Amino acid sequence: MGCSAEGFAAALRSAAEVIAEHRAELVDLDRAIGDADHGENLNRGFAAIVAALDAGVPQTPAAVAKLAATTLISKVGGAAGPLYGTAFLRASAKLGDAAEVDAGQLVEALRAALEGVQARGKAVGGDATMVDALIPALSAAEGAAGGSVAEVLTAAAGGADRGAESTVDLVPRKGRASYLGERAVGHLDPGARSTALLLRAFAEAAR
Amino acid sequence: MTVGIVLVSHSAKLAEGLAELAAQMAPEVRIAAAGGLSGDGGLGTDYDEVVAATQRADSGDGVVLLYDLGSAQMTAELAVESLADPSAAVVVDAPLVEGAVAAAVAAQSGADRKAVGEAAASAGLAPDLAAVDAPAEEGVEEKELTLNNDVGLHARPAAVLVRSLASFEAEVSVRLGEQEADGHSVLALMSLGARQGDRIVVRARGAQAAAAIAKITELVNTNFGE
Repeated sequence: MGCSAEGFAAALRSAAEVIAEHRAELVDLDRAIGDADHGENLNRGFAAIVAALDAGVPQTPAAVAKLAATTLISKVGGAAGPLYGTAFLRASAKLGDAAEVDAGQLVEALRAALEGVQARGKAVGGDATMVDALIPALSAAEGAAGGSVAEVLTAAAGGADRGAESTVDLVPRKGRASYLGERAVGHLDPGARSTALLLRAFAEAAR
Repeated sequence: MTVGIVLVSHSAKLAEGLAELAAQMAPEVRIAAAGGLSGDGGLGTDYDEVVAATQRADSGDGVVLLYDLGSAQMTAELAVESLADPSAAVVVDAPLVEGAVAAAVAAQSGADRKAVGEAAASAGLAPDLAAVDAPAEEGVEEKELTLNNDVGLHARPAAVLVRSLASFEAEVSVRLGEQEADGHSVLALMSLGARQGDRIVVRARGAQAAAAIAKITELVNTNFGE
């Protein structure tokens, strides 16, 4: 079974709840190596997405993704805004005008999202960023592409969790954390953590 | 018309202060500040503000965007991609303060968008100062002048000098003691640190060398209009 615009909107609402629940955790992670605003910024962005969806859910999954993208770009002040905004924008472009997204399209959208984030942030794997969550998320999703949307998302969330954990041992090379160099080793990257939280929320919503 | 400049910063104060500074040297250039978040005035970069600033800065000759830190670059690039004509604007990797000054002066001199961007980007390099050793060459005009204005070759006078040279076909350098600066670079001129009372040697080469020297003499003698 595929994912409709309504289904995607519901997933975004769940994601907003998860981000709100983990707001303090993300702030704490960011305080250790950044400027302590990741949780606040993301919470503000997702609250705005919920408000926009309350005003009306767009017709297609692609349009929902685009709404999420433009809202995040406009409402999130830090790096997460343009990065997540680009991710949803590129995913939206991949989804075309399909009324329902199947597992294969979802994997393609995830790949486009990763490529967009990398192009925007110029980060590669191992830089201790959200890319370190997205790369294993995509490869896990590819492995599950034959299954349902929920299976693809569950696999992606698992990959993102493992990827986020891997940032603990990395020396950050992008963003504010890069100024800390070796001192940032031992800290979980807040962007990788929020990516894992979002994919987990999407996977739960898709069940 | 001139190329417009947008300053993207996490801080509204930083962007506005820098716009004020750069505008002093480039009165006819549209310099738009896009700093901070529009809603609560907090720190951050605001995509909608950057898009609006880019539109305000564009008088038809294009826009150069400069940024302070990480996400400001991403926001600026997203804003450019979203324009009806993305080729009208370019995001330049440059030190924000020096780059803004160099870009503003280049724009004021009538440089095109590419040249304005290059002026900003090269502002991060070491100033173009060379130790003087070569003897005076053939066809080179040279004149010694004393700076009488209050601030010497500080930012605004240096900018006035660079701007006034834009219309002459001449390569000009300015020497103070052992050091020589490219007369077409505000930052190099400022790096000389020439103060009130200092004697500078202006050297020009090219078809209008004499006219360029005469213009600089006039500027120095009128204290750069201070």
